[in-house]
Amino acid sequence: MSLFSFQVPFMPEQASKFALEVDLFYIALWLMTIVFSVGIVAAIFIFMVKYRRRRDGEIPEQIEGAMTLEILWTVIPFIMALGIFAWGAKIYYQMYTEPKEALEIFVTGKQWMWRAQHPDGQREINTLHVPLGRRVKLTMTSEDVLHAYFIPAFRTKADVVPGRYTSTWFEATKPGTYHLFCAEYCGTQHSGMIGTVTVLEPGEYQAWLGGGTNEPPAVTGERLFSSLACSTCHAADGKGRGPKLAELYGKPVKLNNGSTVAFDDTYIRESILDPGAKIVENYQLIMPSFRGQVSEEQIAQIIAYLKSIGPKDGGAAAATSAAPAAAKPAATKPAAPATK
Amino acid sequence: MSDHAAHVPGLAHHFVNMEQQKEAGTIGMWLFLLTEIMFFGGLFLAYSIFRAKYPDGFLQGSHLLNVYLGGLNTVVLIVSSLTMAMAVYFSQLGERKKMLGFMAATLVLGTVFLVVKYFEYKEKFEHHLFPAYWTYHPSATHPPEQYHAHVQVFLWIYFMMTGLHALHMIIGIGLLLVIMWMGHRGKFTKDYNSPVEIFGLYWHFVDIVWIFLFPLLYLTGFHVSNGGH
Amino acid sequence: MASEVIAQAEEPRLNYLNNGHTVKSWLLTLDHKRIGLLYLFSISIFFAIGGIYAALIRLELITPQGDLLTAETYNRVFTMHGVMMIFFFLIPSIPATLGNFLLPLMLGAKDVAFPKLNLLSWYVFMVGAILMLITIMTGGVDTGWTFYPPYSSIYSNTQVTLAGVSIFITGFSSILTGLNFMVTIHTMRAPGLTWFRLPLFVWAHYATSLIQVLGTPVVAITVLALAFERTLKIGIFDPKLGGDPVLFQHMFWFYSHPAVYIMIIPSMGVISELIANMTRKKVFGYHFVAFSSLAIAVFGFLVWGHHMFTSSQSMYAGMAFSLITYAVAIPSAIKTFNWTATIFKGSVSYDTPMIYALAFIGLFTVGGMTGLFLAALGLDVHLHDTYFVVAHFHYVMVGGAIIGYLGGLHFWWPKMVGRMYPEIWGRISAAIVFLGFNLTFFPQFIVGYLGMPRRYHAYVPEYQVWHILSTAGASLLAIGFIMPVIYLTWSLKYGEKVGDNPWMAAGLEWETSSPPPTENFTYQPVINHDAYEFENVKEIKEAAAKEAALQTA
Repeated sequence: MSLFSFQVPFMPEQASKFALEVDLFYIALWLMTIVFSVGIVAAIFIFMVKYRRRRDGEIPEQIEGAMTLEILWTVIPFIMALGIFAWGAKIYYQMYTEPKEALEIFVTGKQWMWRAQHPDGQREINTLHVPLGRRVKLTMTSEDVLHAYFIPAFRTKADVVPGRYTSTWFEATKPGTYHLFCAEYCGTQHSGMIGTVTVLEPGEYQAWLGGGTNEPPAVTGERLFSSLACSTCHAADGKGRGPKLAELYGKPVKLNNGSTVAFDDTYIRESILDPGAKIVENYQLIMPSFRGQVSEEQIAQIIAYLKSIGPKDGGAAAATSAAPAAAKPAATKPAAPATK
Repeated sequence: MSDHAAHVPGLAHHFVNMEQQKEAGTIGMWLFLLTEIMFFGGLFLAYSIFRAKYPDGFLQGSHLLNVYLGGLNTVVLIVSSLTMAMAVYFSQLGERKKMLGFMAATLVLGTVFLVVKYFEYKEKFEHHLFPAYWTYHPSATHPPEQYHAHVQVFLWIYFMMTGLHALHMIIGIGLLLVIMWMGHRGKFTKDYNSPVEIFGLYWHFVDIVWIFLFPLLYLTGFHVSNGGH
Repeated sequence: MASEVIAQAEEPRLNYLNNGHTVKSWLLTLDHKRIGLLYLFSISIFFAIGGIYAALIRLELITPQGDLLTAETYNRVFTMHGVMMIFFFLIPSIPATLGNFLLPLMLGAKDVAFPKLNLLSWYVFMVGAILMLITIMTGGVDTGWTFYPPYSSIYSNTQVTLAGVSIFITGFSSILTGLNFMVTIHTMRAPGLTWFRLPLFVWAHYATSLIQVLGTPVVAITVLALAFERTLKIGIFDPKLGGDPVLFQHMFWFYSHPAVYIMIIPSMGVISELIANMTRKKVFGYHFVAFSSLAIAVFGFLVWGHHMFTSSQSMYAGMAFSLITYAVAIPSAIKTFNWTATIFKGSVSYDTPMIYALAFIGLFTVGGMTGLFLAALGLDVHLHDTYFVVAHFHYVMVGGAIIGYLGGLHFWWPKMVGRMYPEIWGRISAAIVFLGFNLTFFPQFIVGYLGMPRRYHAYVPEYQVWHILSTAGASLLAIGFIMPVIYLTWSLKYGEKVGDNPWMAAGLEWETSSPPPTENFTYQPVINHDAYEFENVKEIKEAAAKEAALQTA
């Protein structure tokens, strides 16, 4: 919200549920800063004038210190600091706790563009369309270097890291178009890796999704699962050379070294690219790495497929971090014509 | 500079007396060893993170190392620490001949260590196990092919840690030669032997680092029969 | 003042400056004072180089389009600005110049514990610096001073390896200086100079040295690993090769956050000296100020993760790092309150060093308080990697470290060269620096909150007004920095000659002549009182006696 019409903005627009709380916090901290700095600077000025040197040979009365004062100005700032910590931690906790029943959008960062894929298959580059008043979770990874997905109007930001999934979420509260920036330095065109986030009324969002012939990622994933010959070993009847993957998403898996890992996005991705890292109990490592053969988006599609054939309850009881599958496309849906 | 400094052999002009000089040298060396701990500490951190990430790769990588040569080197270094301690002991007694003798023994043992290390490295290079992208082509079966990428991570940690350690050994041998030359020239007396003591600290430190490296790198896969699960 | 002494000595006394005039006598000197001046000369050049880069950044950002420099050039410019300023100016600034010059004088020693090592440190520093200059001439680096992989290790095609080697080497200079200082403070104190009689400048340098000794090796091994990944393509940090990019961030900040304290703690030490001597008061709560330096040094090692709140480290790790960060803020607050209390009922001088000291307190308060914004988890998510961060650390690094450095330089300048700088120009330039600084960096807080990310070559038009203000301030700031270079150089030849103690200050360094003789003291100092005992200052007593005589006459 620019306070003046002639482009002297002080605060970015408030367009998400977090924005108001973050702004209140920010203003409160400025007030505290102003009180302290003005207090100290005023004290200095008063002392400077009042106690200015009057004679070359004067020695003022010496004061060694005062324990009471020291304790006061140690304890009071400490208590204030704890308060600030608690306030900040509370907001952070909300931002970083995965929301329930969110719309999941998959985002890939790449020098120097942002790609997004919606659950029903709609894709976009350097833009993001989200519905108003609905929780949106972004699952993100990078194909090359570090990036960060930053929407100032939503007060959210998260690094986008190659080799792992990171996520952030928000709930837009105001229709409009807002800035999208890459905030983690990523090379030559870092400042060109920008775009827009458009918040649409739910109806408009549905209409926007409908514009185009799209295939849901889970369907593409299913096709990949057979075209890459995953289904040969990970056979649906459980008799293949690899573990059966249906009804598994979100559940814990026992490994050959005795430990347990959740069968979630991160583990699936790692197993596709680096099968030797964690091997399921009672199985041999015979799977080749698919590094270089599948893109990050294709991996996400395979994950979407595995999620769609996962347990009905989403495996939420067992998994620690995997959110319930919100993927509405069913595996049974007939495959639409390939979008390429 | 000042008059009294001229009388005392080995006292630098800016120190007041011998105790001050010795204290400075000793504290200086301890602080230096502290920086060394932090220096190796970064690598130990990397070791623990990657070992947790690739437990099987570390197991397979460890199988590639020669436990017997590593064990031999461990014994060599422990004995060299003993001979160095003896050299310090005799320098305190002012027995120059014995001091020089034990220094020579330390020197020989240090050199043996480096020679053994050389053959170990040579073998790795010949088997294309040096983890740089242009030489790293391990045989298809040992370690099994699917572990190659993880073993490469193990091997760079191995080369970086032992290489850094070997560099410290080489520097130590260089310093030892200087100290021996000074001892030969009769620079050390019962009252002035702090360079020997301070060098001893360094030598023991380098020894201790190896005591950590040996089990972490060589013995990780020792209890497992060759080939893993 | 000791006018009789000056009148007697028609030909100049032998001091460290005229004890040998050849280039060799400087380049092979073991005298800590000369080594301090060697550093002063070299880091001034590196500051100028870093300053030129800063000017280019500000000029580019006047307009939202990237029209002055190409993106490639701009990225190199801000990287080299950061690298030069941090590794070749701020880290050595106060310790290597003022610290080198003053520590032995304040301790009543003839030199630092290891004079040869001290000279070696300077040479190591220069080798690192020359490698960095070669890096610049062969194209520079475009990774940002943080060198985050995998961009730095695999994707950038600039001179990252060479820059890494340069920083590796320079790090050893820092380690050796820290080690030397710690041993010096432990072993070279004059008889009677117990730990709690030490000037706070010495305490600050002890804390700083501790960080240099413990932290620098970690960054050395980190950049070494980075160089190996880049040259050998082994997987340390790049996930495609089996590495972990977040590991680099942990290791890098384990040093680089404490490194911030390497830059600010010495400055705090300077400010303690300036305030005590310019108000003729004992520093209020001496023990608290002394221990707060150590507390900052120790806690400083536990807070590195606050640079990584959005980096995908676990949420609970983030909370722990945030909490400890608030703990490390307290000692800085304690210092600020104690300095303010020291001025209370003092005898306040308005000379240039005092102006800088007061500017420091004000700016450091803002810098420190805005640090609380960034340590606040939920707020940092928005502020991380924006211009708010840029503004914050410039408030601490320029408003804190450089202001303290300039204040200290003015205060000890007569001791270093035996001549006074022109006071009126000193005050004018201090005022210009203060105004220019605030105009440059305050708008960056606002533009940062608006969402302007750092390291942006081009930006969206609605931020322009703040960037214009900032660039205007930068021009003023540049004038404020150029002025001291001119008048201090001028004063080398034309400045008024001064006696031993022109400020009537307390402290061992003021009891020897200006400039001091090569061996620092012609006698062995023995100390039987605390720091900042102004009743013992000969010059104040003489002045008081003169005033009393005038009154009775």
